[in-house]
Amino acid sequence: MPSFNFTSFSDFLAMGGYGFFVWLSFGGSIGALLALGWYSKRQQQQFIQQQSGRAAREARVRQQQDREQV
Amino acid sequence: MFKWLDPYAKPQVLFATLLWWQRGLMPLSIVVLLLGTIWGLGFTPADYQQGDSYRIIHVHVPAAIWSMGVYAWMAIAAFIALVWQVKTAQWAIGAIAPIGAVYTLIALFTGAAWGKPMWGTWWVWDARLTSELILLFLFLGVMALQNAFADRQTGDKAAAVLAVVGVVNLPIIHYSVEWWNTLHQGATITKFAKPSMDPSMLWPLLICILGFALLFGALTCLRLRTAILQHEAHRPWVRQYVEEQQDAKL
Repeated sequence: MPSFNFTSFSDFLAMGGYGFFVWLSFGGSIGALLALGWYSKRQQQQFIQQQSGRAAREARVRQQQDREQV
Repeated sequence: MFKWLDPYAKPQVLFATLLWWQRGLMPLSIVVLLLGTIWGLGFTPADYQQGDSYRIIHVHVPAAIWSMGVYAWMAIAAFIALVWQVKTAQWAIGAIAPIGAVYTLIALFTGAAWGKPMWGTWWVWDARLTSELILLFLFLGVMALQNAFADRQTGDKAAAVLAVVGVVNLPIIHYSVEWWNTLHQGATITKFAKPSMDPSMLWPLLICILGFALLFGALTCLRLRTAILQHEAHRPWVRQYVEEQQDAKL
């Protein structure tokens, strides 16, 4: 069973003197992946908003045309 | 032989299948990645030469392996799009390329952050690093080409051709450390021999590699679904889906 390799939390953060490089790598990677996931999700939401806006607009136009015909 | 695949070329069928896979893969990939990184960051011994700096391996190697794996999948989609004119395969190219670009960027970025303390430099024009940089440009090139023509189909075709031709770079990246004298080290696990790594360190790395693969799958499902919606926007089933999504929100 693997056990915790560091004696304290500050020891863990220090990463044996390589803390800056290790956390820079992990931080940068997590940031890039989250940004990609967020952007991809937002693209889809934007499409749905845009389309439903268009559908609503078309419905309003049709309603108006019906009224004018009467 | 591949008859059973035919229905999946139909956008509506593929859309539903992708949603099913995305719902499973997204949470699973996050759990696997968390497990691998926490294990690799805190529960493995330090390297006898590199100390704790070696822990960067848990993002660097999976991102680097899958930057090539993602490219291979994109090229397969491009080949199918070119040869059999499958439009969903064509859309997959644009869905996959940004994922590959991000993976390649992560591999280069973490490599630089690892190179600084171990080699004494952020960057060298070494064969491995340079060929990986070219891979980034290939991904960006495919993305740029798709939107570079007034006629969308011409752009799609040009991007597919570039994606297929760019495959030549994959063996160059892989064998660069053997063919040339590189500062970058040789293969540790991607070779036809026992990995030169102790099991206590190998397991979390393999879990991270699996995690990056699952995340690639999940993101591809999400992005390809968006592409299908955009290309099929005028179809009744998409209109109905949009309505359902909007109703669910209210």
